[in-house]
This record gives sequence, C-alpha cells and structure tokens, in this order.
Amino acid sequence: MNFVLIAEQTLNGLQLGVTLFLLAAGLTLVFGIMNMVNLAHGALYMVGAYLASFFFQQTGSYLLAVLLALAGTLLVGIVTELVALRTLYERDHLDQVLATFGLILFFNELVAILWGRAAIFSTIPEYLTGHVQLAAGLRYPLYRLVIIGVGVAVAFVLWYVVARTRLGMLIRAGASNRAMVAALGINIRLLYTVVFGFGAALAGLAGLLAGPIYSVQPGMGELILIQVFVVIVIGGIGSIRGALAGALIVGMVDTMGRAFLKPALSTLISPSAADTAGPAIASMLIYLLMAVVLTFRPAGLFPAAR
Amino acid sequence: MTDVLLETRRISKSFGALVATDGVDFQVREGETHAVIGPNGAGKTTFIKQVSGELRPDAGSIRFAGEDITQLPAPKRSRRGLARSFQITSIYPEFSTLDNVALAVQAHAGHSFRFWKPAREDRSIVEPALQILQTIGLEKRKDIRAAELSHGEQRQLEIAMALATEPRLLLLDEPVAGMGADESTRMVEFLATLKGTKTIVLVEHDMDAVFSLADRISVLVYGRIIATGTPAEIRANAEVRAAYLGEEA
Amino acid sequence: MNISRRAWALVGLLALLAAVPPLAAALDQPFYVDLLRRVMIFAIAATSLNLILGYGGMVSFGHAAYLGIGAYAVGVLSHHGIDNGWLQWALAIGASALVALAIGAVSVRTSGIYFIMITLAFTQMLYYLGISIEEYGGDDGMRLATRSQFSGLIDLADASSFYYLVLAILALFLYLTHRLVNSRFGLALQAARSNEARTRAIGLSPYPYRLAAFVISGAMCGLAGALLVNHTAYLTPEFMNWTRSGELMFMVILGGIATAAGPLLGAAALLLLEDVLQGWSMLPKEAVRDHWQLYLGIILVLVVIFARRGLAGLLPGGGKND
Repeated sequence: MNFVLIAEQTLNGLQLGVTLFLLAAGLTLVFGIMNMVNLAHGALYMVGAYLASFFFQQTGSYLLAVLLALAGTLLVGIVTELVALRTLYERDHLDQVLATFGLILFFNELVAILWGRAAIFSTIPEYLTGHVQLAAGLRYPLYRLVIIGVGVAVAFVLWYVVARTRLGMLIRAGASNRAMVAALGINIRLLYTVVFGFGAALAGLAGLLAGPIYSVQPGMGELILIQVFVVIVIGGIGSIRGALAGALIVGMVDTMGRAFLKPALSTLISPSAADTAGPAIASMLIYLLMAVVLTFRPAGLFPAAR
Repeated sequence: MTDVLLETRRISKSFGALVATDGVDFQVREGETHAVIGPNGAGKTTFIKQVSGELRPDAGSIRFAGEDITQLPAPKRSRRGLARSFQITSIYPEFSTLDNVALAVQAHAGHSFRFWKPAREDRSIVEPALQILQTIGLEKRKDIRAAELSHGEQRQLEIAMALATEPRLLLLDEPVAGMGADESTRMVEFLATLKGTKTIVLVEHDMDAVFSLADRISVLVYGRIIATGTPAEIRANAEVRAAYLGEEA
Repeated sequence: MNISRRAWALVGLLALLAAVPPLAAALDQPFYVDLLRRVMIFAIAATSLNLILGYGGMVSFGHAAYLGIGAYAVGVLSHHGIDNGWLQWALAIGASALVALAIGAVSVRTSGIYFIMITLAFTQMLYYLGISIEEYGGDDGMRLATRSQFSGLIDLADASSFYYLVLAILALFLYLTHRLVNSRFGLALQAARSNEARTRAIGLSPYPYRLAAFVISGAMCGLAGALLVNHTAYLTPEFMNWTRSGELMFMVILGGIATAAGPLLGAAALLLLEDVLQGWSMLPKEAVRDHWQLYLGIILVLVVIFARRGLAGLLPGGGKND
C-alpha cells in the first residue's frame, strides 16, 4: 500500500462523500420538516446533469450552463412540488412512496425521449481539466478538487444558514416540531416550498457536478439515491450534521472498500476467491455498515432532536 | 397498614430545559383509590407515562408489587398488572367494540403466536370480553365499529380495555374527560364499584369525581408533589388552595 | 353475511382462472395461459406483501429481494446440475425466510421513513450482489438450465400443468393468509398497525409479531420467485430490481390494501396495464408504446392521488377487511 494510492482514494472518497452530501442535505430536510418520502429527488439530480450538458453544448459557456442548469432544476422541482407533491404532505408514507415512484418512471422516460436511452457525454471546460500536483508523486484531477471545494463551501453555507439565520431557525424548529411552527403563524406552505426548492437546487448542483464523472443516463438518479438513503439512515433523519457525517462516512467506506478490499482479501484467501468475493463484498459494504449502525443507534448517529 | 403497591422514589424527567418531573416520591397502597390533581402543565401526564413505561425517568426508581420496574418496557408492566387508560382516547377505531376488548383479553392471555384458529371464534377470549362489556354497559354496542361510538362510549371502552388485562393497579388518565354531566356521573358510579377490588391511581380535573372517589389525594405542581392527604386534609391545605383549588373548589 | 359474499366472489375469480386453459385451447390463444400464469405468480408475491404491508402496516420497499432469492435458489442449483424441484423450492423458501429474518431483525425495530429506506437499501445490496457474481450471469443473467423436476408428478414444461400448479398455490396461499390474519397472530399484527401505543399498553410488544410476519411474508415470496424463474426460464438480477418492489407495492394498493382479493386484482390490473401500454396496437407506437413508462408513471401518480380505495372495493361485499 503506498501513500499515493491511499491519498488518491481518500480524495476520491471525499469527492463521493461531498456529492452524497449535496443530495442528502436536501432530502433529509424534506424528510425531517415535511415528513415526506421523496423518491423523485434522484430525478432532480438527473435533470441537473442533463441540463448542464445540454446548455454547455448549446452555449459553449460552462458558467452559463451551470447557472441555467441550476435554474432549470429549481424550476422543475418547484413545478413538480406544486403539481404533484403538495397533495402528498398530508398523506401517509406509502402513498408518498408510490406517487414519487410514479414520478421517477415519468422523468426517466421523459429524459429518454428528449435525449435518448444511451448514456451521453458530459464534458467539462478546458480550464477545469488537468491535474494538480498535490505532493511528490501525487497528481489529482483538478475537477474533482473543484467538486470537493464546492461541497465544502456548500456545507459551510448550509451551516451558516441553519445555525445563524432566521430561516435556519425556522428549519430547525420545523424539523423538531412541525405543528408548533405552523401554530406560530409562519406560512408553512411557503416554508415547505422554500425548503423543497433548496433541496432541488442542491440536487441539481450535485447532478451537474457529477455528470462528467459518472455517466449521464436515464435512471442515474436512483442508483445514487439509494446510497443517499443509506447516508441519511446512518446520519439521522432531519439533521444536516447527520447528512454530512453520514455522507463522508459512506463516501469513504464505499471508495476505500472498492479500492482496497480485494487486495486486502487476497492476502488472506486465494486470489481467485478474492477476485469474486472482493467486489461482491465491497458493493455490500455500506449496507452492512448501515445494519451495524442501526443495531446500536436505531435513529442514526445525529438525529434531529425531537 | 396495607402494603405499598406502587412507589416512585425521586423520579425526575426533563425535556431540554423544561423540568417536567422534579424528584417525585409517590406511594399508592394496595386497594386504595389515590387521585393525582394539579393545575394544567403540572406534569401529570408525564408522571403517568413514567409509571406506565412510555417514558423513562432520567433519575429515580419505580417499584411495583415489590419489584423494581424502572427499566421494564411498557408491555411487560402491563403483563405484571399495571393497566392504563389514556387521556386522549386511544382505541382501535376500525375494529368493533368487542374486538377492542377481546384484543386486550388476548394480549393478557399469554403470547399470540397462534396462527390458525380464528381469534374471534375463540371462546376463551370472547367470553371474558363480553363479560367486561356487560359490566361496563356497552354490550349492546359490541358489534359497532369503535370509531362510531360516541365520545362517552369510547371513554368507557378505554376503561373496559384496561380492565380486560386483569390489572392489580389501574392508571386512569382523566377518565371522564369531555363527558357530559350524566355520563360523568355514571362513570364515577362505575369506578366506585371498582374501589377496594382494584387499586386505582386517578388523574383528574373533575373535582366532583376526585372528591367522591379518592381515599387520598396528591397534588402535583410544577413537577413536584406539594401535598398528600385525605380529601378533607387537602381541601383544608392552604398551600394547595393557593396553587390550585382556590380557583375551583 | 358479508364475509361469505366476498369469499364467494373470490372463489368465483379463481374458478374463472381455472377455466382459462381449456378456453384458451378452444380459441387457439395459448398466449392467455402464459399471461395469466404470470399474473398469478405476481399475485402470490403481492399476497405475501399484503400480509406485512396491508395488515401489518409495514411499508417494505424491499420485497423484490425474495423474488430474487427464490429465483436464484432454483437457478443456481439448476446450474450446478441439481434440478430436483422439491429441493430447489425448499431452498427457495428456506433461504428467503433466513434472509428475511436477518434483514427483519435489523429493520423491523425501525419504523416510518427509516423502515422504507432500509428495506430498499438491503434489497439493492442483494441486487448488486447478484450482478457481481459472474458465474451466474452477472448483470445479464442466464438461462435456466432445466426447469424444476418433480419426479414425474408434474411437468412444468407443460403450460397447462404449470398453470394449474400456480393456481393451486395461489389458492392455497390465499387460504393460508386468510387463516393467518384472523388468528390471534394476525389480530396482534393488525392491532399493532392500528394503534401501536395502545397495543403496548395492553401488554403486547409488536416487534416479535412483526418480525415473524416479515419472515413468513419473505418465505411466501421466495416460492413466488421459484415459480417466476420457472415461468421465464431465465434467471436475472432484475428480479430484485427496486422498481420491481415498487410494482409489487402498487399491486397491493391498486387491488385494495388488507383485502384477500386485492393482490390478485392488483397484479392483474398492473400487469395488464403494462402490457396494454406496451403492446396494444390501437395505441400509437412512437408517441405511446415506445415510451409506455412515461404514461404508466403518470397513471400511477394519478391513482395514488385520486383513487386510494383500490379495486377490491368494487367487489360484492365492499371489500372491507376480512
């Protein structure tokens, strides 16, 4: 095991963690405040990725594409909320699951109609390509560093908003006691829409950032969404802190597992056995971790105080 | 001096900065009817929840029939003979009245890992349930969906379900809440028939009910018991009058 | 009495199903035997889910896992030359029960949103496991080497025989579920769903009953998986795809939660809807049939928002809880 490899994988883990955090933050707020299961969150991630790719191709300007993609995802999110999701806040979780499941089918197919079923290429601008020399022998892609940077910045902004602003106070209050916030005369509908929009924008951001790295195709949202669920369960529903902790843990465990489990195993068992067992177990690692966490902390590591 | 059946020793419970229960020592003798009164917000329901097992006290201990039950979860306390009725009616709305009571009988009858015989045809469950409905006066409504019972009938059902588990001690949280005058009177008369055979801890606001049923009364204010005594003693207690009775009695 | 009417209606449905193979033969439309056999297999899976979802109130988003486990039990044994149906199907049921026990032990303690996400996550884990094992086809899957053999008692390659076997199993499971939900166990489960605080207060701890129901439900679905792989003659990890779990849940709710006939009606409705959207020549090909999932998605959303009661409500007797 050399230092460079470990450092690379650590950074990869951090980058995945940050992507998961962007998705988890919005979703956990929606869970905690509106008590709503929203499976269609992954669809917004997908929309962000597709829009960014589309606008970049159309305009040639990456920054413009990013802005348009964020705005577009926000728009799609809000329209979906107004048209389909509003009625679900009062319904039970089963209804929410099923309705948002229907939405997923709808969005996946919509995207396939517009851009085809095959994965499309999402490119990054010249100035973001290339590598950065971080240490002797360690060259790391600039783009991934940018993602980490953006994620950290967003985490900071979120922390600031939630801990220091009035909106954040309402969000925290809403996560602890929804009924009380409503009883205080706060416009709950508006708060919900703001929170939802926030989450949609974050999901779109995650999507447009992740597009160039992972493939952009129908159904991409659900693949990462399930990992996001694991993040939220581990971190605790309703808390940003939990989302961050969970995301970093999951990102690290998954990345390290995939990179190092097979070689580690082959020191213990035969290489051919490690060849099958390694990847198989690595793909299950985060779920096993989730099971362990749940056994000792059924509400996650940092659940929102109730 | 009859035995102490239920005892709490210095139990405390806080919710963040709010101290709901503040070192409460409380004793109930076997066979007595002991009322707990206090102004709104005094922490009566929090106290009851700690006794029934829905909440764990932060500190202190609870003993029932000589056994320390502080760590025992609610279902096990119920099996030991500690039954509860809820302040806000908590029944099985879509089941029939008879089903509601039968479920309580079934729960008390040991484990429910029987997979084949229809429970509704099981006479060992249905007959005791019918008996209890008769005692409380609901037998004519046995096949009605519980959600369709009147509020007063639902309160009666609450008591019936508590009785169906053959308790030694009944924790009644505002049994006559929301009942009209006639219904209240009938309920109080019914509860009076239980006196002596069952030990009763009664949380109530309705002072008529309290003074006609209670052998002893404890007054809970801001999470502490400020006085315990016979109804006469409590009525005469100046501190109690100031805190509470002054507005009502 | 209401119960009898509903029971007779269900028996009537089953009798109709029994009449299909001879009718199909007479009309020379063997396709229907195949179609309805598929419907019945999913009805079995949906019935098992109805036990925990409808009666138990446990929103399990991971039920497709057991279809997969049952299918793989048969497929893997068959791949290695063991085609004894008794053995395969016993393994399908046993393995599903074990996995359900493992997953349930961790998840049943949780509730609400946690439970939904956790069951989904574990199923996805099994899906990834299935994909990663190249020997059994990886993500492409593989053909079933031979169908389950039952020492000459019944030949699954014969469409009609297999059809009647599935029908018999469906009828059996419907009956077993009926006894189960009306037994002490079933009532305890329903009570826990109806009012958990009250249930604890009368001395019943929901956890053991929920876990047991979860295991029973998984085992039943495992058998459905064994049937499914014999039906498709192809083993694929897609049996465990999370979208399949969603479909199963839809079958339960479309049909009518916590009713006996619900899962059968729901399975029929959803599968037929999917087939119509994909294949009915009256629908324009490019606008609709090529993108049938778009329309399915919209229809599902509308159903949830507007039509919660389910189809069983239309049966004589009202379709209330049995």
